[in-house]
This record gives sequence, C-alpha cells and structure tokens, in this order.
Amino acid sequence: MSAVEHNGLRFGFSNWRRVLSPTGNTGDAIFRIAMLLVALLMVAIVVAMVWALATDALMSIRQFGFGFLIARKWDPIKGDFGALPFVYGTVMSSVIALAISIPFSLGIAIFLVEQAPPYIARPVGFLVELLAAIPSVVYGLWGIFVLAPVLREHVQPILQTAFGWLPLFQGSMTGIGLLTGGIILAIMVTPIISAVVRDVLAAVPGSQREAALALGATKWEMIRVVLVNGAPGIAGAIILGLGRALGETMAVTMVIGNRAQISPSLFDPAYTIASAIANEFTEATGDLYVSALVELGLILFLVTFIVNGIARLLVWNVTRKTGGVGRAA
Amino acid sequence: MCALPRSVRVVAWFTALVMLVGSLACNGGGTGPNGSTKLQGAGASFPNPVYQKWLSEYGNIHPNISIDYQSVGSGGGIKQLKEQTVDFGASDAPLKDEDMKSFSGEVVHIPTVLGAVVMTYNLAGLNNPLRFSPDVIADVYLGKIKKWNDARIAADNPGVTLPANDIVVVHRSDSSGTSAVFTDFLAKISGEWKEKVGVGVSPSWPVGIGGKGNEGVTGQVKNTPNTIGYVELVYAVQNKLPVAQVKNQTGSYVQPSIDAVTAAAAAFVASTPDDLRVSITNAPGAQSYPISSYTYILVYKDQKDAAKGKALVDFLWWGIHDGEKFAKELQYAPLPAEIVQKAEVKIKSVTHGGTALRS
Repeated sequence: MSAVEHNGLRFGFSNWRRVLSPTGNTGDAIFRIAMLLVALLMVAIVVAMVWALATDALMSIRQFGFGFLIARKWDPIKGDFGALPFVYGTVMSSVIALAISIPFSLGIAIFLVEQAPPYIARPVGFLVELLAAIPSVVYGLWGIFVLAPVLREHVQPILQTAFGWLPLFQGSMTGIGLLTGGIILAIMVTPIISAVVRDVLAAVPGSQREAALALGATKWEMIRVVLVNGAPGIAGAIILGLGRALGETMAVTMVIGNRAQISPSLFDPAYTIASAIANEFTEATGDLYVSALVELGLILFLVTFIVNGIARLLVWNVTRKTGGVGRAA
Repeated sequence: MCALPRSVRVVAWFTALVMLVGSLACNGGGTGPNGSTKLQGAGASFPNPVYQKWLSEYGNIHPNISIDYQSVGSGGGIKQLKEQTVDFGASDAPLKDEDMKSFSGEVVHIPTVLGAVVMTYNLAGLNNPLRFSPDVIADVYLGKIKKWNDARIAADNPGVTLPANDIVVVHRSDSSGTSAVFTDFLAKISGEWKEKVGVGVSPSWPVGIGGKGNEGVTGQVKNTPNTIGYVELVYAVQNKLPVAQVKNQTGSYVQPSIDAVTAAAAAFVASTPDDLRVSITNAPGAQSYPISSYTYILVYKDQKDAAKGKALVDFLWWGIHDGEKFAKELQYAPLPAEIVQKAEVKIKSVTHGGTALRS
C-alpha cells in the first residue's frame, strides 16, 4: 500500500499504469489491483460495521452521553442503562484468562520446540491445536457440567481457606462466576497462543542457540535467549489470544453467571459485553433498549481497539530494544 | 484460473451453479408461478415445537401452501411484523397499548396454545415436591429469604426437614417470554416486586445467577446444590425435573400440569376481553396453576395481499381447531372452547381491502 502511495505521488495520476505495475507487466497489474481490492474490502467492512453500530447507537448515546460508560445499572424495564459492569466483566475475565494461559502456553511451546523429541512433539502439538477446533458451546457445556462442579467442590474451598482474607476469594462458592469464566477462556486461548509461539520459537535461527550454548550457557539460559529473540512474535500471539478472549460469547455466558455487577470477589457472577448482546438482543423490545445494546457493541469495539493499541505499543517498545526475529501477528 | 487444480475448478463452477439455481428458486415469497403461496412467520421460541408440528401437518393437507416459522424470540417477531418483513409474528406476551400504536396498521392477537412456568430446585433428601406460597417465591427472588430453612418456607412444607444452607437463585440471563410471565406473576402478588423490579422479558434481577435459556437454568440447577430456578412446563416435563407445587388464590397447592393450566385459562374466560389480550397469572379457581400464560400469533387486521391473507386466516382457523389436538402430546395446554370462539371472531375480522377473508 505504501509503495503504491509513494509511486503515485512521484509519478502523478497520469502514470497510473506505472503505479499499478512498476514492472510494466499486465499480469502484475491485475494481481496488484486484485490484492489492493481485497485489502480495501477488509477496511471497508470494518468502517461499515463501526458506522452501522454508531448510527444505531445514536439514540442511546444522545440519551445517556458519557455517563453510559460509568453507569452501573442495567434495567431494561425502567430504561436505565449503563455499561461499566459489562466492561469490567469483559476486561477482568480476559485478564484472568491471560494470567493463566500465558505461562501454560509458553511452557507448551518451549517444550514442543526445545525439549520434546519429534515423536512426542507431533502428537502433543496436534492435540493442543485440536483444542482450538472445539466449538465454544461445547466448552460452555463442559464448563457447566464438569468444570463448575470441580471448582465448587475442590478448588474454591481451597482458595477460600488459603486466601480467604483477600476479598477476591470471599463470598458463596457456586462454581459459577468470573473465575470460572476466566478459566474457560484460558483453556480456549491456550491453543491459539501456544501454536503461534511454537512457530515463532521454531523461526528463531538455530545459530542463536548454538552461539548461546557455545558461550557456555545452560539449557535454561539458551531458552531465555530464544525467548527474548522471539519476544515480539510472542507478544503478537498473546494479542491474538486476547482478541479471542475479549470477543468470546457462548462459552463465557454459560458459566459466568450473567449478572451486571461489579463485585470484588472472583467467585461472584459477572457479565461480559459479548454475552449481554447475545443474551438480550433477540428479545429486546423498545428502541432505546436495542440502541443501548448496540452501543455496548460499539464499546466492545473500542475496548478491543484500546487493548490492542496498548499491546502493540508494548510490542513496539520491546522490538526496538531487542530487534528480534518474530513479527507481531 | 488455469493454474488451479482441476478439483478446485470443478468445485468453483459447481458452487456458482448452485448459487444461480438458488437465486432463481427463491423468488421472494408471495404467490409463485405454479399457484403456490408462501407465508413467513417469526417470533417466540416457547411455542416453536407446536408451530413446527402445525406447519408440517398443515403442509401435508395443503401442499400448495408453504409456511416458514423462525423461532427468533418474541422481540424479534414483533420487530419483524412491525417492519412487515414477515406475514405473521408470534409473542408470548400480548402487545401493550403503546406498542400497538407504533404499528402501521391494526394488529390482531390470536391465542394459539397455553403454557406455564414452573419452579424447579436442587435440594437433597426430599421425598415429595416442595410447596411454595407466591409471596415466598417473590421474597426468595428479591433476596429477602436467604436460607432454605427460613420459617416461611418451612410453613409451606410442614414435616419436611430443610437444610440451613443459602438459597442459590437462578434466573434466565437471556431475554425471554418465560421471564415475562414469571415477573408478571410476581408483580401481581408482591407490591415490592412490582415497584422495585417490574415486569419484563429481561428484568434487573435483585439476586442470583443467570443461565442462558431453559437448558442453561436447568444445567445450573441440576449441577449446583441448594438452587432454585424457573423453567417452562414443557421443558421440565421432558427433562423430568423436580417441580414445586405453587399455592394459588384459593389457597390450594397446585402441581403444574396441562389441566391446571387450562383451568387457569378457564377461570379467566368471563373476564377475557374481546381482543384477547389477557394475563392469566394468579388465576382464581381451586384447580388453577397460578403461573400460566397464553402465547399469541399476531397478524395485521388489514391484509395487503389477498392470496396470502386468505392462506393466513385459513391456517390460523385450522390451528385453533384441528391444530389444538397436537398441543397436549407436546405438553402445551389447548385453548378452552370459549376462547376458541372468541378467537374465531378475531380471525373473521381479518380483511383485505375491506372484505373479510373468511366468513
């Protein structure tokens, strides 16, 4: 794209043939135009979605203004809408998911690339990737019928006994709530992150490892060199996983408890933006109600945008310092 | 294109062909070239099983009429009827007066079948169904009754040993006609509920955890000890859930059943207005189950297309007469005879260009 703009500026509009195909080959020109259209189509779809969301949300934006973002009440009957509990639930469940998933994903990837012999690495890698193909509704059902009872009977009592003095682990233990939502998400994003990190680590040149080992590094120190080299790619993998976590709907809604509240306890029910839209849109009557739900969608767009932006800044920062080989996804 | 493998090309051509044929076949509904009529409906998910049965049975008798029903939810059905993208809508709750005004024409409510909302629970060591007074249900859902061994629950269940555990309240998280019926009932028997929470498909619940759909609520209740939840009667029967008896206006505890629902409707027959928009929760009568409701098909009184309008009223007429016999096997309560008569009047009132489509 930038090459096109650059050439366009230099040669002027009359030279469009040269712009489209610097080599003067017709086939190249057609290919270039086709790729340009494909890329523009993506941009157009995003713009069209934001436009559609914004126009449909206009009524709610006018009614509640900026207060929508910080209001904590969601009462469709009284026409009182606020987004804060949903934003909180969305961000917190994703944070929990990443906090659990990142160490596991890195561990899996390091094991597969650096330690496992091929006859183990291949089947294990395949199984991990298989996790990514399971439909989210199946994760949700598994969450209700297997994960929630296990958490309620075994994990939550231990957490409460050990860390009960923290507000995070107080309250009644039903197995349904923010923590369960976060754990389900962690299981769902782990295959994505670990698969990308595995490819990133595999792309780090073998000479780096040999150089580290030649300098007398232990295996652990060598792996650290590899990780630093792959840092931008690893960050990209995490951003990809984060995107999945922020937008996941079905699995989360089945275990998070769907309650628009901000509670300090991870055991209490919460609500995410995507779940709220999926739950309430079908039967939403009244223009303001629909508009408020659409505005939630717009806010999810914004939250994703901001979180991605922050993550990308971090990547850029790390890349500048280390100049690694992996590229942010 | 030439560089693509042969198989890819074959698939591509085949796809193009299918799309072409598909676009020719779908000529947008209405009256087709061979005299067939297509009707499109959308709305409530609660009566979907019985409507699908009707469509297939009716299709067998009238092969030249094809009817589709999309179970998108009452809200979606109302919206699509308003935008006239469907020929009929379906809703569990009747439209309110102010909603009726936002339609471009007068809308007629045709009740089709009846359903009920039942209380289900997960409590160990019970031999008989639990019993609840309406005000106890309201206060449990308001968060005022917190323990299973609360004196008021014990008063409803003499001789039953109740645990001293916290009650875990479960409600629907998705907007639902089931929640609308349930909150309509609670608002009738509790002033505090009416004022604090109100009636609606998606109220702001004072306490509890939300499950998505009947299956979500059931999943939470089945898997979490000490829970209480509410689901549709059909769903509870099919899944053999423990179901509570609820005390009605006359003071008797009624086990939810098809007959108890029909009794509730019958108790309201005299006071049912001619437009058939009525709530039958908290019905009088010793046999009446108090959390019952009608479900409706909504159509415009003035039909724009004569052929489609005629097909529509004929289908509705068949539904409230011959269709009712399929209701019971699917766990819905059929309409009482008096209501069928009132519905006949409404169907006959549907017109095209000022003349009745059925007389």
